[in-house]
Amino acid sequence: MKINEINELKEKARAVRKGILECIGINKKGHLGGSMSSADLVTALYFYKMKINPKNPNDPDRDRFIFSKGHSVLAQYAALAECGYFPKSMLETTKTFGSILQGHPEIRTPGIEANTGSLAQGLSVGVGMALGGKLDKRDYKVYVILGDGELNEGQVWEAITAASVYKLDNLVAIVDRNKLQASGPIKEIYDIGDIKSKFEAFGWKSFEINGHNMKEIVEALDSVDEIKGTPSIIIAQTIKGKGISFAENVTGFHNASLTAEQFKEANLDIENLELQGELI
Amino acid sequence: MIKKSNLREAYGKELVALGRKDERIVVLDADLRGSTMSCYFAKEFPERFFEMGIAEQNMISTAAGLSLTGKIPFVNTFAVFATGRPYDQIRQGVALPKLNVKIVGSSCGLSDYGDGATHQSIEDMAIMCSIPNMVIISPVDAVEMKKVVKAVVEYQGPVYIRINRNDLPVLTDEDESFEIGKIYKIADGKDITIFATGFMVYQALQARAILQDKGISVRVINVSTIKPIDVDKVKEYAKDVKGVITAEEHTVIGGLGGAICEVLSDELVKIKRVGIDDKFGQSASNYEELINYYGLTPQAIIEKAEELLS
Repeated sequence: MKINEINELKEKARAVRKGILECIGINKKGHLGGSMSSADLVTALYFYKMKINPKNPNDPDRDRFIFSKGHSVLAQYAALAECGYFPKSMLETTKTFGSILQGHPEIRTPGIEANTGSLAQGLSVGVGMALGGKLDKRDYKVYVILGDGELNEGQVWEAITAASVYKLDNLVAIVDRNKLQASGPIKEIYDIGDIKSKFEAFGWKSFEINGHNMKEIVEALDSVDEIKGTPSIIIAQTIKGKGISFAENVTGFHNASLTAEQFKEANLDIENLELQGELI
Repeated sequence: MIKKSNLREAYGKELVALGRKDERIVVLDADLRGSTMSCYFAKEFPERFFEMGIAEQNMISTAAGLSLTGKIPFVNTFAVFATGRPYDQIRQGVALPKLNVKIVGSSCGLSDYGDGATHQSIEDMAIMCSIPNMVIISPVDAVEMKKVVKAVVEYQGPVYIRINRNDLPVLTDEDESFEIGKIYKIADGKDITIFATGFMVYQALQARAILQDKGISVRVINVSTIKPIDVDKVKEYAKDVKGVITAEEHTVIGGLGGAICEVLSDELVKIKRVGIDDKFGQSASNYEELINYYGLTPQAIIEKAEELLS
């Protein structure tokens, strides 16, 4: 699965974004904003960093990825389909009756590692998986993507403390710092302040990157491998709705439906995304 | 004098015994190991014991993560905190994916008499009963407690066990079998059936002795698995008597009384419930004061029996 070329990874990110649109479809509500803002991070995890085998999804030595902000799972569904965990044709069944692609992640879907959706629980589940890995002396890593709005939840800080107490250097959290929560800009709604210094105060090693620059993402994911004795946090500065011109930085596209016209425009935007160079 | 024994002690020691045979067993606690008796496991298997601090929500979700790596986590704290505080974590992260997490609520009911309403779990079974996929077990004595621990290790899926804090009369034998989902006849009778759970089984037996002297014949059933309730046997034990009584150290809403009423709702049988009457607990200087005040006594059961037969 491993792709080393940045340009190829960018193409995968394009495919993931197209997959997100497949999940959302036309006149069918979906969490567009946060899925698009995390698309490059998810792409780098699945196609560059993680040791995974879609043919053996339960390999005990695999790396794990948990989308703690479960509503953005569309990006994960798109990546899993692209990896071959299930057919891409299934993406359009997302959030419909009888589909294995539920509105929020469930472990009955191949490749999904934990049930999330009620915010904050994913990081704690990651703590448990990291403890299990240490106990079994396996060298897998657990990656957890959190939303910046999600950091409002108290349980996140319980988990951050626990990861530090147990020196979980096999746990990597990534904050999709898209600066918008469901009701509006974080600065206006519930400003939690400087995330980096908070994590550092809890004993984590921190990294800050542009979450749409594939080179920076890849380098940060490699850098955390060097960290021993503490968990790591990658704060990825992102744009909510990234890649779709009319949805970027627009609160209304946190969870929205697309008209046929918008769907077409969104697909065109994604096809043209490479013209923007470094995906910044 | 009937022999008394402590369920918490039995639980803690059995966990160690099973831990020696099964490396998958891991134990988590929220700074109450000396009370839940997970301390025995912590001492023998420090690498498989995780002190999670006073942070129950993270503890439950961490246990979910451990179970996803093939471990069998036993999560320990007081019943009131084990079910109330991390309700959402249990619902979303444990019960929905049917993970193999065992939640152990210690000091259940009014058994932590001194600490008052905040520490007395009068509704823990009601909370857990309402969640799909959950199994709820309320052991009657220390002997059954040991069998329960063994059975839940063998059972694949989420389980909630409530454990009384105080020494309780031993009513069952080592060689009796225990199966999750089965109810057990402790004493037979033909006028009234009492479905009781936990400490209330002993109260029911005492009531039975007094009623016997009055010429009333009473059957006593130990319902240690509250969910899934043993539907066929509940119906069987209810159909040949003049009335049914439920008895639990828990609110009469949503626990054993609720479960029995639900099962018997389409049967022509009179049912009376003995339990805590939709009220919070309070501090007392001993257990008995609360048992008497909240009507969890043989006398309360006798009154219901007489009402049923009048």
